[in-house]
Amino acid sequence: MIFDWSYAASILPVLARAAVVTIEATFLSFSLALILGLLLALMRMSGVKPIASASLWFVEVIRGTPLLVQLFILFLILPKYGLTMPAFVTGVVGLGIHYSAYCAEVYRAGIESVPRGQWEASRALNMGTFHTYRDIILPQAFPPIIPALGNYLISLFKETPLLSAVAVVELLQAALLLGSDSFRYIEPITLVGVFFLVMSLFAAAAVRLVERRLQAR
Amino acid sequence: MKLSVRRSELVFAAGFAGCILGLALATCQDFEALFPKLLSGFGVTVLISLVSALLSIVLALACGLARLSNISFVRGAAIIYAEFFRGMSLLVLLFWLFYVLPLFGIVLEPLTVGILGIALSYGAYGSEIVRGAVLAVPRGQWEAGVALNISPLNAIRRIILPQAVLIMLPSYGTLMIQLLKSTSLVSMITISDLTFEAYQLDQVTGETIPIFTIVLAAYFALSLNISILFRGLERWYALGIRTAT
Repeated sequence: MIFDWSYAASILPVLARAAVVTIEATFLSFSLALILGLLLALMRMSGVKPIASASLWFVEVIRGTPLLVQLFILFLILPKYGLTMPAFVTGVVGLGIHYSAYCAEVYRAGIESVPRGQWEASRALNMGTFHTYRDIILPQAFPPIIPALGNYLISLFKETPLLSAVAVVELLQAALLLGSDSFRYIEPITLVGVFFLVMSLFAAAAVRLVERRLQAR
Repeated sequence: MKLSVRRSELVFAAGFAGCILGLALATCQDFEALFPKLLSGFGVTVLISLVSALLSIVLALACGLARLSNISFVRGAAIIYAEFFRGMSLLVLLFWLFYVLPLFGIVLEPLTVGILGIALSYGAYGSEIVRGAVLAVPRGQWEAGVALNISPLNAIRRIILPQAVLIMLPSYGTLMIQLLKSTSLVSMITISDLTFEAYQLDQVTGETIPIFTIVLAAYFALSLNISILFRGLERWYALGIRTAT
């Protein structure tokens, strides 16, 4: 069986629509991961023992267990407590929580790399903890970690096909549906593969570019 | 996952996990029905993890060294392999192998497809670590090899790799945990691993909370073991090696 170009062309519009879902899911869940991750990192560095421990173990468990299992848990358990969300929202929340654990570690590394003197100077200037974080520490912690966060954005993008397991019609699911309609799997799945490959290679090149810019500063 | 916890916290966590597990089991209607299936799924997960981890390490070493080769063809092939599989989404790759390979007349067992997909993918990620570690070995070590008239192959085997392995162990521990977690994807191509069994059991019994608590605990325990194993390896491997300065 060979690759049927005309069939491939005919399914492109369907796949393009699904690609939009994939990209939406990527950016929405990464935004969630960035916010939750910062929260987790600040909890970890709060100095209050129970809060710091809670954050540490949350991060370790999330990073030590598969995303797919976490998605199933959200998808199967939440409705039992009357919390029914559309599949897309469940998927985005699951991906967001998973990557927030990775982002938290990155943030922590960034915050710890800010010299102690910055804290002491802020204290000498009588700034509160909130202002010190917002105006002094985070603006310095953020730029060096952009490449690391970028790499996690790429990993997250490559893991969006897992959402097909919880009935989100993203690219892979769309391809599988097309395949089961026409009994031709080679074209849809190959096209999806090419899409992921091209997107992530470009994204990786972009991250490398940013990294070099930051080093040059 | 680089586990950054103290022993007392580890004990505390184990106790806490035990309590939750006990609670889950207490609320569970018939544990006898769940246990054998979950155990067999656990076995499949461990099997796939071990086999694909070993294969991926072989691939990573071959590809990582090939990327440092002087022969441009070898180097090019290794770069294409690494970039392709690192840029590919693993689940899409698994489905591609699963549906498209048979069309070329290559019929593989789903289990083989799963192991192959994971090994190829993690071999590519690992090759980055191998390359980085070999490059991190001081140049003088190569030169010393040349000066002592040791053949390049022997120099790699006896001088460079032993030092590179020590450098790559910590990152490799993290990678192997990623590999373990990625084995859950094989449940999507009909392999009855732990995740697959959990989902099936949930559909049949509806005991979602006990089932998934056990599954989470099982995966987490495996992850912890991998990180403990790699820490041990690091300590064992560093014995007798004076840090090169």
